[in-house]
Amino acid sequence: MFLSMNWIGDFVDLRGLDKKALIKNFTLSTAEVEDIIVKGEDTFGVVVARILSVENHPKSKKLHLLKVDTGNGVIDVVCGAPNVREGMKVALATEGGSVAGHAIGAAVVAGFESHGMCCSEAELGISDDNSGIMEIFEDAPLGTDIKSLYDIDDIIFEVDNKSLTNRPDLWGHYGIAREFATIISRPLKAPETISVDEYSALPPVSVMIKDPELCYRYTAMKVDNVTLAKSPVNMRIRLYYCGSRAINFLADLTNYVMLELGQPMHAFDNRLVDKIEVQTFDKEFKFVTLDGTERNIDTNMLMITSGDEPVAIAGVMGGDASKISDSTTSLLLESATFNGVSVRKTTTKLGLRTDASMRYEKMLDPELCRLATERVLSLIMKNDSGARVISSFTDSYPYHYPTIELDFDKSYVDRYTGIDIPKETIVKTLTGLGFGINTEGDSFKVTVPSWRSTKDVTIKADIIEEISRIYGYDNFDVCTSVSALAPIREEALKSNEDRMKDILVSSYRMHEVHSYIWSDSKKNRELMIDTPENVRIINAQTPDHQYIRVSMIPTLLSFIKENRGYNDSYGLFEIGHTVEGIDENGRCNEQKKLGAVLYSKTECEEKLFCRLTDMAKELCRNILHKAPTFRSVAPVYGFEHPANCFEISVEGKKIGFISVPHPTVLAAIDKKCAVAFLELCTEIFSDITPLPTSYKVPSRFPEIDIDLTFSTNLSEVVFDELAGAATAAADGLLSDISVKDIYTEEDGSCALTVRFSFVSSDRTLTKQELAPVTQSIEEALKPLGLTVKL
Amino acid sequence: MKDRIEALGASFAEAISKAVNETELEALRIEYLGKKGHIASLMQSLRDVADKKAAGQMINAFKCEVEAKLTEAQEALRRAAVEAQIRGAKKYNPTLNFSEELGSYHPITLATREVEQIFRSMGFTIEDYAEVVDDYECFESLNIPNHHPARDMQDTYYLENGQLLKTQTSAAQNAIMKKYGAPLRAIFPGRCFRNESTDACHENTFFQMEGMMIGEDISISNLIYFMKTMLSEVFKRDIKVRLRPGFFPFVEPGFELDINCLICGGDGCPSCKNSGWLELCPCGMIHPNVLRDGGIDTEKYTGFAFGLGLTRLAMMKYGIKDIRDFNSGDLKSLSQFKSL
Repeated sequence: MFLSMNWIGDFVDLRGLDKKALIKNFTLSTAEVEDIIVKGEDTFGVVVARILSVENHPKSKKLHLLKVDTGNGVIDVVCGAPNVREGMKVALATEGGSVAGHAIGAAVVAGFESHGMCCSEAELGISDDNSGIMEIFEDAPLGTDIKSLYDIDDIIFEVDNKSLTNRPDLWGHYGIAREFATIISRPLKAPETISVDEYSALPPVSVMIKDPELCYRYTAMKVDNVTLAKSPVNMRIRLYYCGSRAINFLADLTNYVMLELGQPMHAFDNRLVDKIEVQTFDKEFKFVTLDGTERNIDTNMLMITSGDEPVAIAGVMGGDASKISDSTTSLLLESATFNGVSVRKTTTKLGLRTDASMRYEKMLDPELCRLATERVLSLIMKNDSGARVISSFTDSYPYHYPTIELDFDKSYVDRYTGIDIPKETIVKTLTGLGFGINTEGDSFKVTVPSWRSTKDVTIKADIIEEISRIYGYDNFDVCTSVSALAPIREEALKSNEDRMKDILVSSYRMHEVHSYIWSDSKKNRELMIDTPENVRIINAQTPDHQYIRVSMIPTLLSFIKENRGYNDSYGLFEIGHTVEGIDENGRCNEQKKLGAVLYSKTECEEKLFCRLTDMAKELCRNILHKAPTFRSVAPVYGFEHPANCFEISVEGKKIGFISVPHPTVLAAIDKKCAVAFLELCTEIFSDITPLPTSYKVPSRFPEIDIDLTFSTNLSEVVFDELAGAATAAADGLLSDISVKDIYTEEDGSCALTVRFSFVSSDRTLTKQELAPVTQSIEEALKPLGLTVKL
Repeated sequence: MKDRIEALGASFAEAISKAVNETELEALRIEYLGKKGHIASLMQSLRDVADKKAAGQMINAFKCEVEAKLTEAQEALRRAAVEAQIRGAKKYNPTLNFSEELGSYHPITLATREVEQIFRSMGFTIEDYAEVVDDYECFESLNIPNHHPARDMQDTYYLENGQLLKTQTSAAQNAIMKKYGAPLRAIFPGRCFRNESTDACHENTFFQMEGMMIGEDISISNLIYFMKTMLSEVFKRDIKVRLRPGFFPFVEPGFELDINCLICGGDGCPSCKNSGWLELCPCGMIHPNVLRDGGIDTEKYTGFAFGLGLTRLAMMKYGIKDIRDFNSGDLKSLSQFKSL
């Protein structure tokens, strides 16, 4: 929204103040100013002059040779405007002057000397009318600076509409002026109006609101014999500077009042619309709006009708059939308040946002309706003496917003702001903004003005904002809070995830990545992975992104494929959210998971798999001080290799899985590479209580290592079982057990070498002493399919 | 006796000068100092000597001389051997070592950790929160009722079961208030989602961090102080802050917080549209309705809340120009972030 300082100056005396500094204060106290545009600065030396004679150029059909009286002598001017005529008063840019930044000097135009330029409005930068030169009214004295006749000098500032979303009262210059007046502590002047009470004896307009929930107030008034075609220059300049186009007096009037007061108005041609109903329809139908577009009207859209014939979409746009034309002289003026939510829904559905609808959406103050009509009357009567009012002010007002009164005291303000804003400042600020205020000691009773009561100010805290923003946040003394010492609590999940990241990055040299929460079906198809039909996003941007991911792995695999050129070997991981269907309460079963994938062009799959296993163990042992167990299971997902899929558990609680890709998936990634992956649920992981470190005094006696080699079917050995059986058989002497070597003989049989470490707390063990212990371990392991190889 | 000793001394001197290794030295030691060596035989012949004392002293002196010379020769040999070892040692080249590539963190992790550290040092709890939330959490509990225009401002991803992907970290406010009650100091970084098309400056998935401080007598003055302190820590320099009125339904009053432009220092430049200020974080005093919904006594407690765009912060911090890099999985970009 563009705002004119001249216009604001109609309502508050800004003389003697630095206007740019004021605008800056407006940013700090009310709403952010996006831009400041100084108008008229680059136009000077333009005076009122009279064309004394007009001669055709001998060689050009367009150009004329003029003698022009500048009030300071007669000069020659070459002019190309079609509307030049003898005796006409014009705006002449003189030698040494400037028009919208173009310097004016003596020049030879088509062989003739020219000592100035007759300007059009567009050239002066005050409208987009470039059809001919601007004609100045007859009474203007020759030689008068054009800027003293018209408000060409102005400062315009722009405020983003979004910044005013919550302030329906700021959608016109008058409301903005109220802010300025309060900021600079000067009085606010009311706009010039003509009271509608003067016409109460005239017949009313027929107005019937059939849908009072959608129309809070509808007022109508008829004015006849308005014959002025063109709006006064200053009015047109303001409209133009504020981004609106001047059309004709009747159309400009309603725009002008909307920009001034924030109240949208509509003027119907009284010949076509002479009574009003406000209603919705049972059936859909088509309606042509005044921009010539045919619109589909549905049963929720509020319409203005006349004799049940639709004439406007309420609060949005008038109809083409009833719009005012050049021949219109008799008006039916609408000044109404519609339900903001209904207007917003209508504009969204139609894809049609207008200056009017934008304002209605903000919940306008119904009290504005009458003021706006009175303002229009004043503007009509001031500019067109022949006009006459032919109806009374007809007011249908089914919904009044309740009056809001708020009680608070000084200590509440002090506590909320943290500073001591004097009582007088509070009273002055609220009074300036239009609040009614009664004080009793340190207590205040405040009545919220109607223009702030529609949604904006409803509770005490809202008053704090009014007081403190005008006081100025820059003027606040700032200080730290006082609060009790308390330990900081941190969730295990958070610290565990941090440690997982550290371990993976530092010890396993992996790279952390982020990806989207949804499955990418397109990428999955490239990898021959079926995207599971999980919980669906209704409004996904593409059907390929409609399902929330169940597992972290598929996206990581596609990253692996995309990064193949990066290095021969690397690992990726991500900790992210996944959803596994919907639970019994209808809510998503959301889980946080760690996904990790290793890739190599040079190492074999088994090696990657072993490193990943080691990683899983490291995470569990480092963070939980507990060792995980692995169990071969059937694959859950199609992208896992059926032969090598293992569930990872800690203390019987399943925390994730480890696997390698299905051969078809692997082939889709890369024909010559190895890949292995694991997934851990970090939430389940964090539910496990870490084992506290329990210190044992180390034995003073030496440890004896005995290596035993077993023949076995390797894939069937479960190391935990082996260790368990051996420990049980070792008579409390076994201190450690580890895999020493695994190898496959030439004949295909397998051998596993295990190191058993023995120690006693009270003596040095001897080999002889250990012989029976080893013997019983061997016996204990036989049932597990482990026989000692000699 | 004297002559014998001198003769032996001369032959020892010659022999030791010729000895070139430990073995020869050992043979010499045995020849002179051994049980049947020259010195032992000198001692034996002592009984035939008249002046036993003088002769004994002479033999002893000779024995000491032999011992010292042998030790010295041994030392010299050892030194020579070590020197030869050093001379012959292989020279290494650290510049040609094969080195494995380091792992890397996602830049968001690093930016988040840096901010978390600052908050931890000021006594804030760090909270994690779901990404799939209810309408109540994301809107209703934040004083954004149905049909409120604020819901239009955010394009929300809705799920088929009526839940949605959280559009703002504020969605956790209610649950965290209920979890801890007042007084409360917490931050909650998290991922947010808005249904919009992506380009270099827009992403449908991005990180924010929300913070709340609730207590008795928490004021606007405290909020300004806190934001200035916190942001000065984040940017590691003294930051000027400026508050402007801003509207967010879950705060009252609400502010837009600007900091003086980091590029021009506040003089005005293209980055700050010549204003000297950069809009950085929305903040405000928590709306009484929001506190009440969070089970907090609004007569006793007040509080402030603020939001910080972590993705934007990471872009500023690392000079990342294209927001899509974050979710690209492209190691050429992402592997550069080794540690804080």
